[in-house]
Amino acid sequence: MARMPVQFRLNGSDRAVFVEPAETLLGTIRRGLGDFAPKFGCGQGTCGVCTVLVDGEPRLGCLTLSVTCEGRSIETASGLADGPTLHPLQAAFMEHFAAQCGFCTPGMLMAAKALLDRNPNPTRVEVVEAIAGNVCRCTGYEPIINAILAAAQQRGARRA
Amino acid sequence: MLEFRKDLFADERDDNLNVIGKGEQRQDMLGHVTGRTRFFDDHGFDGLLHLKVVRSPHHHARIRSIDVTAAERAPGVKRVIRGQDVPLNKNTLLSLIDFGKDDEPTLAVDKVRYKGEPIVAIIADSEAEALAAVKLVRVSYDPLPTVFDVQEALKPGAVVVNETYPGNYFEYHDKYDHQKLRFGDVEAAFRTADHVLEERYQMSPIEHASTETNGTIAAPETNNRYVVHSCAQGLFFSLGTTAKILALESNRLHFIGGTVGGGFGGKVDSLTEPLAVLGAILTGRPVRYVLGREEEMQFASPRGAERHVIKDGVMRDGRIVARQITSYFDAGAYTRLTSYGVVKCVAHMPGPYTIPNVRGDAYCVFTNRVPATAMRGFGVTGVDFSIEVQMDKLAHLVGIDPMEFRILNAYRDGDMKAHRRVAHNTALIECVQVVAEKVNWPLSETARRASSLSGGGGPRAAIPPTVTDESGRIGRPETRQAPPQLTPGAAPLPAHQPRPAVPVYQPPPAHQPAAALPNYPAQPADAAPLPAPAPPVPNAPAPPQHGAARFSSVFTRRR
Ligand code: FES
Ligand code: FES
Repeated sequence: MARMPVQFRLNGSDRAVFVEPAETLLGTIRRGLGDFAPKFGCGQGTCGVCTVLVDGEPRLGCLTLSVTCEGRSIETASGLADGPTLHPLQAAFMEHFAAQCGFCTPGMLMAAKALLDRNPNPTRVEVVEAIAGNVCRCTGYEPIINAILAAAQQRGARRA
Repeated sequence: MLEFRKDLFADERDDNLNVIGKGEQRQDMLGHVTGRTRFFDDHGFDGLLHLKVVRSPHHHARIRSIDVTAAERAPGVKRVIRGQDVPLNKNTLLSLIDFGKDDEPTLAVDKVRYKGEPIVAIIADSEAEALAAVKLVRVSYDPLPTVFDVQEALKPGAVVVNETYPGNYFEYHDKYDHQKLRFGDVEAAFRTADHVLEERYQMSPIEHASTETNGTIAAPETNNRYVVHSCAQGLFFSLGTTAKILALESNRLHFIGGTVGGGFGGKVDSLTEPLAVLGAILTGRPVRYVLGREEEMQFASPRGAERHVIKDGVMRDGRIVARQITSYFDAGAYTRLTSYGVVKCVAHMPGPYTIPNVRGDAYCVFTNRVPATAMRGFGVTGVDFSIEVQMDKLAHLVGIDPMEFRILNAYRDGDMKAHRRVAHNTALIECVQVVAEKVNWPLSETARRASSLSGGGGPRAAIPPTVTDESGRIGRPETRQAPPQLTPGAAPLPAHQPRPAVPVYQPPPAHQPAAALPNYPAQPADAAPLPAPAPPVPNAPAPPQHGAARFSSVFTRRR
């Protein structure tokens, strides 16, 4: 089948790319555009390591067709830091030892960012719910939950 | 709060360690949180090809024919690889340290021995095209009878799984059907013990389920070399394995890795490296071979199942006087690393306890299951779990608090371990004491005063007269009672003979489920004074200690 042109914004830059009709957003971002931050863990929506933000909403890159992203704004973990300045979530993940092998981390960070962007002061339960679709086989989740809560607190303190 | 009990290891090191208790940032953390860490799959290549394999739908079958003509003509297919294309299509991982015989093909040729065994590899322009072509390969099979239970597999007349090991057991040092530990005389001790408790413990296989599946990207480099982005946990182990299977000089392989998306033991088998590199050699292009999630969960090696049968003799005062363990490790269809796990298991059989009579037997058994491999303390975790559950049951049996029971039986500095090595820097007693204190578990005054540094050695350092096995091979020469005879486990195995029967544990006919463990009531501090710590040791003169040198590990060949 013929390849189709798609344009979207990736981490603030406009990108245009030809995709197969059945190509996933994860495949396009990784092999098409060379941003390898989102990962492939299952390709079937069960692990969340492919989580990216589409217009601010967390989406599983492995289950999203690239052609549905025309004109949208996509964010991945590569775009989180502002130049050399880490996003508070990144700093908190470092501080709280929220990554071991680091394979789930880019997806976790994006799920957490989506949460904090719409709910800057989440409860622990809300944090757990927000990352419920993201599997981590290494950490046991506690350090991740603590890091997200700490990032929320720190942002709150900065705003106050 | 972390405490570092330097007093316990005072003679071990004199440097001033001062990192514990302080925060230190890991060097790889910045890469992880910025998404910059490159895992094996995070490398872009122009003209990247994708490799997928045809897997056996049978647990055990003879391959009658393989027809790849339709697959070769399928859209996007660049190359089909079969067993005869693999330069050395038989390998065993630990052959790199000269341990075990080559027993596993990269691609099965005449027979499949487990469900999911790779038979043909397809390389195509896209993953979808490779997967479509996989479905076009026609393999015809004659299904064979299967064996899935370790003890069934050891019975005479059982189906032979892996012809390299016709007895269905790994042959240690080409001679022995299993690993043995002999110390003292368990039979005599069972006869005089106040209680004997025999239990059977069964561990299931466990999949590592790392978030990153196994995979490799291999590509031609300059200078006739190949760059290999690998998920391997042991990068140079994988390099050596790949070089051997492909009959390449290892300096033609440029392995890059170290960033492992979760391993836990599941990425030591080089499941994907050899085929990816072979694909790059045959096509002259970059080749990516990544297991899908289902493949990873079903066909990548798990932690193998284990069965431990433990029989202990214990006195009313709580001293364990005899321990007999028979362990069966389910290696699946091929050795991979299970042979090594068994050696580790035997080293743990008495547990951290001083027991004057120990008898251990551990088998590495082949069945038609997915080959097992390393996982987090494999060889040790299962037997230690079994031993500690057994310890709780024994404590209950003799009515002693389980913490006190462990302190009572714990090894102490200077004790002789069943492997004929003297225990040094023992600290089990102190560990139990600290745990009891942290969880407010009352210990008797005697247990609180017990120390690993005293009460050991002396008669507890003796090597007891040891019952030899039928051939007199285990034990000191002067204690051998029987003239050597040829028996299983001792004599060289005749090639392709009907294999000798291996003694197989039969569960007692009326196996009672163990009674639930009671809740131990809080005890007043002086309720259960511990008896004198030294278990009696049969009074043999302690000979010059020479046993340790005979201890065989995978790294020293048995003479
Ligand atoms: S790769 Fe998308 S959910 Fe697992
Ligand atoms: S850090 Fe390894 S999966 Fe989460």
